[in-house]
Amino acid sequence: MSLTQLHATATAVERPKFRAWPELNNPAAWLVALILVIMPLIANGFFLIEIFGTTLILGIIALSLMFLAGYGGMVSLMQLTIAGFAGYMVAVFGVSGNANISLGWPWWLATPIALVLATIFGTLGGALAVRTEGIYTIMITLAIGAAFYYFTNQNWAIFNGHTGINTVATPQFWGVDWRSDIPFYYLILGVAALCYFAVQYVSRTPFGLALQGVRDNARRMAALGFNVNAHRVAAYAFASFIAGLGGVLQVWNYRQISPGSVGVERCIDILIIAVVGGITRPVGPFIGALIFVILRTFALDVLIKFGLDGNRFRLLIGLGFLAIVFWSSDGVIGLWERWRRRQGRASSSTTGRGHG
Amino acid sequence: MLKGSVGLIALGSLLLSGAAVAQEKIKVGVTATLEGTYTVLGEDGIRGFQTALNTLGKKVGDKELEFVIASTDATPDSAVRAVRKLIEQDKVQILLSPLSGDEGIAVKNFAKSRPELTFINAASGAQETTYVDPAPNFFRYNMDGAQWQTGLGKYAYDSKGYRKIATVGEDYSFIYTQVFGLVLEFCGAGGQVTNRQWVPLGTKDFASVIAALPDDVDAIYLGLGGADAVNFLNQYQQAGGKAHLMGGSIMIDQTILSSKGSAKNALIGTIAASGQADTWEDPGWQKFVKAYQDSFPPNKRFPSPSLLATNYYGSTMALILALRQVNGDLSNNQAKLKEALAKIELDAPNGKIKLDSNRQAIGTNFVTEVVDDGKGALFSKVVKVIPNVNQTLGYDPAVFAKIGLPSRTIPECKKY
Repeated sequence: MSLTQLHATATAVERPKFRAWPELNNPAAWLVALILVIMPLIANGFFLIEIFGTTLILGIIALSLMFLAGYGGMVSLMQLTIAGFAGYMVAVFGVSGNANISLGWPWWLATPIALVLATIFGTLGGALAVRTEGIYTIMITLAIGAAFYYFTNQNWAIFNGHTGINTVATPQFWGVDWRSDIPFYYLILGVAALCYFAVQYVSRTPFGLALQGVRDNARRMAALGFNVNAHRVAAYAFASFIAGLGGVLQVWNYRQISPGSVGVERCIDILIIAVVGGITRPVGPFIGALIFVILRTFALDVLIKFGLDGNRFRLLIGLGFLAIVFWSSDGVIGLWERWRRRQGRASSSTTGRGHG
Repeated sequence: MLKGSVGLIALGSLLLSGAAVAQEKIKVGVTATLEGTYTVLGEDGIRGFQTALNTLGKKVGDKELEFVIASTDATPDSAVRAVRKLIEQDKVQILLSPLSGDEGIAVKNFAKSRPELTFINAASGAQETTYVDPAPNFFRYNMDGAQWQTGLGKYAYDSKGYRKIATVGEDYSFIYTQVFGLVLEFCGAGGQVTNRQWVPLGTKDFASVIAALPDDVDAIYLGLGGADAVNFLNQYQQAGGKAHLMGGSIMIDQTILSSKGSAKNALIGTIAASGQADTWEDPGWQKFVKAYQDSFPPNKRFPSPSLLATNYYGSTMALILALRQVNGDLSNNQAKLKEALAKIELDAPNGKIKLDSNRQAIGTNFVTEVVDDGKGALFSKVVKVIPNVNQTLGYDPAVFAKIGLPSRTIPECKKY
């Protein structure tokens, strides 16, 4: 897959320059963090959850894809399926309006079980997919995603078919309703930050470096005595856990899950988010998710404002993505980096760190 | 970096300005399936809604009604997302939503989390929506799928002499409810339903379904809608199918009867039941058909309103009339409006409608037969009009509860 190869060469150049935590001495990163933390003061309920909350949740799921594709060279289309599986498990083990299906366990029991099961599910899927490369990995993971969608659509005993599971209970403890806007926003932000730093950290551990080695030249790594497949399966396990966290937040967000939430188009949405944002850095998926959510939410209104047929709003979304991918195969991150490099050359400064 | 921060601050101030909402307007959110398998149904629903606005006007006292339309694709999650967008982004106070069965169940459950708002069902017809754990702020002015099948089973058994039938239906709550109504009545009369096939919503290839249709039945009942129904009919015709057909409420409907191509001709003579009949003589119905036809040029509408247009018209009518009764008073969590909605008796185009204690419609049902008008256009002709159909279909509520909720296998084919 040309995508991963392209960026492989890109990071190969930058890798020697990385420091332990580049965010810490980057003022832009601090500013973004500050804005995210004080967001409830600036944004009302709609922007807080529907735009920024949803962005972070989709960002988390896309981050798991970025980890696999960016560091492992494996483009997995089943990350949303894993997230959806975790969401379904929360609904099945926890409390919901479908009392005949849900087991009614408290959230602190249901959530870890959902995460563990989602991780196992993703790892098994990964174990199937690691034997293949490039387009075949995409095909296998897409097949897993499609199979899961049709299964949930037809299975009434566990997944309640096309109707799905409604009124899923959300956690309430320490006297806080964690689904009310502001606590939920901070919960999402906390999980997103945790996942972001975890991915950042893992990418620099011996495991992460070995994984990148596997990505760049699997044969050489095998010759050096690394177990290539084990590294890849472990990467799937880690990514599945992250996707599972995103899925749990997703089901708490909508309090409802149905086959439409795990459809094939949704799986592809995640790929679009990761590609548009850029898969060379963990921040890319979040940028991609923000663009995606804003386009999805406002494209209809924009079209109508210009007096066009609002039913064509998907066209605008598609054109937006096409434009970004056309001008930068590395997504928005790539555009940003190129811009920085040009700025750097113009002022002949040495800040070629290329980090946003 | 400075440029970036200025941009972010500008974004922040933009977010703040979005919060201010102009008053003296009542904002109503409308959803319809403008994407996916049921696109045609959603579009005609919106036409029904606009016909109601043309007929009744947008004024309530000195306030003006403002409408925001959002699109869904018949999946429950798309409906919840659309409703949330309408409430949180567009700040609507009243919802006219949704169109499809499973969407209805999801929106009803969502309505419980916003008890201060009012939800008026636009057209969805799953039984569970108002029958199981109804939401106090959710009102449905159309009948459910089972009520819409009233009369069909008896007519098929007594007048057509069908004894054994098989069913093909989309695999979700609304069609379960339709088959529920059909099976109860047909088996109650003594008939047999030998085979029930379920296909996922959005199925394109019906070859295996058609191959598995039994030969030893008197008729095949089709519970399909939108693109699925047209695809089925095309493939059924190509396969040389000749069986007698019976149709569900969105199968025998202008959304299918005025589709392009000749496949629909397989439906001539098909018996069906629904909350409306195209050729009903009633002056109220004729007036509505005329209003619908006058509202849109012929190439942008069906020859006659579909069931969805009628349902959207009825729900919009209920909303506007109730708002006028309370003079647009939405104070105290819209208490007055909710009370008016619960009590209102509609003189809807498809007969009188009033609500039961679950806020579910009791209305008129029609048994119909598809006829060709001589010019190639198909219409549903009235065979029988059945007034006052309630949600328990005339059964004692205790007996009705024992039958169970509609699903792939419920009800059993027997006399309850």
